[in-house]
Amino acid sequence: MAVTQDKTAKKNAKKPEPSMGKDELLQAYGTMLLIRRFEEKAGQLYGMGLIAGFCHLYIGQEAVVVGMKHATSEGDEVITSYRDHGHMLACDMDPKGVMAELTGRSGGYSRGKGGSMHMFSREKNFFGGHGIVGAQVSLGTGLGFSNWYRGNDRVSLTYFGDGAANQGQVYESFNLASLMKLPVIFIIENNRYSMGTSVERATASHDLSQNAAPWGMASLSVDGMDVMAVKAAGEIAVAHCRAGKGPFLLEMQTYRYRGHSMSDPAKYRTREEVQRMRAEHDCLDAAKKLLEDMGVTEAELKKLDDEIKARVQDAADFAQTSPEPDEAEIWTDVLVESV
Amino acid sequence: MATEILMPALSPTMTEGKLSKWLKKVGDDVKSGDVIAEIETDKATMEVEAVDEGKILSILVPEGAEGVAVNAVIATLGVEGETAKAAPAPAFAPKADAPKAEAKAPAAVKTEHHEIAEPSWGETKPTTVREALREAMSLEMRADPDVFLLGEEVAQYQGAYKISQGMLDEFGPRRVIDTPITEHGFTGMAVGAAMNGLKPIVEFMTFNFSMQAIDQIINSAAKTLYMSGGQMGCPIVFRGPNGAASRVGAQHSQCFASWYAHCPGLKVVAPWSAADAKGLLRAAIRDPNPVVFLENEILYGQTFDCPTSDDFVLPIGKAKVERVGSDVTIVAFSIMVDVALKAAEILAGQGISAEVINLRTIRPLDIATIVNSVKKTNRVVSVEEGWPFAGIGSEICMTVTEHCFDWLDAPPVRVAGLDVPMPYAANLEKLALPQPNWVVDAVKKII
Repeated sequence: MAVTQDKTAKKNAKKPEPSMGKDELLQAYGTMLLIRRFEEKAGQLYGMGLIAGFCHLYIGQEAVVVGMKHATSEGDEVITSYRDHGHMLACDMDPKGVMAELTGRSGGYSRGKGGSMHMFSREKNFFGGHGIVGAQVSLGTGLGFSNWYRGNDRVSLTYFGDGAANQGQVYESFNLASLMKLPVIFIIENNRYSMGTSVERATASHDLSQNAAPWGMASLSVDGMDVMAVKAAGEIAVAHCRAGKGPFLLEMQTYRYRGHSMSDPAKYRTREEVQRMRAEHDCLDAAKKLLEDMGVTEAELKKLDDEIKARVQDAADFAQTSPEPDEAEIWTDVLVESV
Repeated sequence: MATEILMPALSPTMTEGKLSKWLKKVGDDVKSGDVIAEIETDKATMEVEAVDEGKILSILVPEGAEGVAVNAVIATLGVEGETAKAAPAPAFAPKADAPKAEAKAPAAVKTEHHEIAEPSWGETKPTTVREALREAMSLEMRADPDVFLLGEEVAQYQGAYKISQGMLDEFGPRRVIDTPITEHGFTGMAVGAAMNGLKPIVEFMTFNFSMQAIDQIINSAAKTLYMSGGQMGCPIVFRGPNGAASRVGAQHSQCFASWYAHCPGLKVVAPWSAADAKGLLRAAIRDPNPVVFLENEILYGQTFDCPTSDDFVLPIGKAKVERVGSDVTIVAFSIMVDVALKAAEILAGQGISAEVINLRTIRPLDIATIVNSVKKTNRVVSVEEGWPFAGIGSEICMTVTEHCFDWLDAPPVRVAGLDVPMPYAANLEKLALPQPNWVVDAVKKII
């Protein structure tokens, strides 16, 4: 199976001026690296039996959430599917709390009751972490609705995959958001495979950015492996939403290096395809090269890498030492107790 | 031979209506398809078209007449020269004093059943369930700018069942929102808005359509608080008519009480009277949790005494003893309270004293009220219109068995709708839904 990413991305992606200077790119690189290292560690802990159940790693797709983070402001809401660890770290949620949720401990963001797919932070405006494919698209439309209702200028970033893009409620949401001109940025993270089924086998319209057209919604297809291209496209979408022009669809052409979940035998694609994407399109490699061109030294990058490794190790340690939730917790949070 | 033009039924639940306007007068020729009159039903103003051709020979019901029964002769039609046959006594009695058709107390509701009134709520006035629901929403929307209503036809159309009539005028299109027919999408949108702190009221045109959206109700609204370790509450109300209406077939006649009551994280409320509707809907809107609020279309037009106090609100999770008795406890909810009360009346004539409990809330179930009653009467019969298998009756029977088995003098009995999809034919539909004599028979089996 041929990966058609290059063709589409080059045709549509906006790549004019660099959208970040040296300091900002260094910061973005750091966040992408944090996500990469965090996910590698999570994979390791899963292999050790410390993380159980479903665990969907984000490795390869880091530029998408980080680029969008750099295009948005504090207060903008984020909601996504079950492949959510990267989104949480990009929202500045504490890696310790995320990792401790993965291990099902009381120090986790959901106090151990949610797991990998169900984490939230009201403080950081991260609205989950949803395990039903496509459900978060309607919910994210509701986040945009609440901003419209309150008349503030926040936007809702509603992420979903190419697989969810075939769910009916996604298009119900496109219609509602377009009809009511809600400030929602719909972001398809097209990593080419919905579990084991390629986009070509699952979706009649292979250019997912065109799925906005029936609702008159603006859209862009973006090279989602390039953090600066993501930021530039994100800024266009954010400005559109904040100006009251309604929703915007961004199709991020991206790729996941790991399996759909930890138990994925990955028979649906070749090892060579994955290797080629890693070698030629990796978001970290590209950002690193740019940083070196901008004069950032090897030593500085090494120092950053060491700091991040230490943070991730701290998170892993915390996730193993934080106690399991008290057994009484099984009965709490079923309902809000009325005041 | 003159043809009689009859008052038509223009909705499945219409029993009477107002003849608001004649568009033809005596002597006019009409062709089939001509609009001859306008009729106001409990839901909308509708046009009456002529079916036959001819000349209007007589108009038997004057313009403006209210409470005209379905199938009453309203005019006669014939050929030139033919005279109207002696007009039968009009089947309606013009009610000059009645302010509205719906203010008439339905025969089904007997005031003596209100002997156990709401305590301390002061003045009451005759109110339809429809008005009570509207008042509850309007009062809460006036008090809290975060509360809004959305659903199909709730705004410009004034509500498919006129529940939200006038609310668009008062609250404007930002707070009374017409949605496209897109239950899955708008329910998810409302749940997302609730997670971000707003307090939506989602109207389903009927709860049958909520199945399109049930994933968002169960997986998103009910479970997220738990999955988020208490961070993401979802203060939302899902409301609309539930259960059988009349002659609308299997897809539009289903009780969802058991479905929603199964799921932790939801509250499930099922009002019977206008007071239940008003007091419980206000409580549901104020509740910080998702509440499924199961109304009944047939009850919408029925009139009950309802407290007028601005502070009137009823607690979720409390049942009400509607009729005190000593020989058997009959537990019912929604329109089945009516069936239970009728059965109790029949039983009283046979020397059997039945206590009738109106559950009001299905989840959390008011176990104490049920158990206290059964400890007194030593017998229990549950009544619901939903299917028997894994129904609310099963839960009532098991609850009683768990909590007061030693007080029982006979096994618990459940009365439920027949275990079939709802048939359309009038006789079969009647056979499928619990009738008072079913309850009487059930009681007599254990006494």
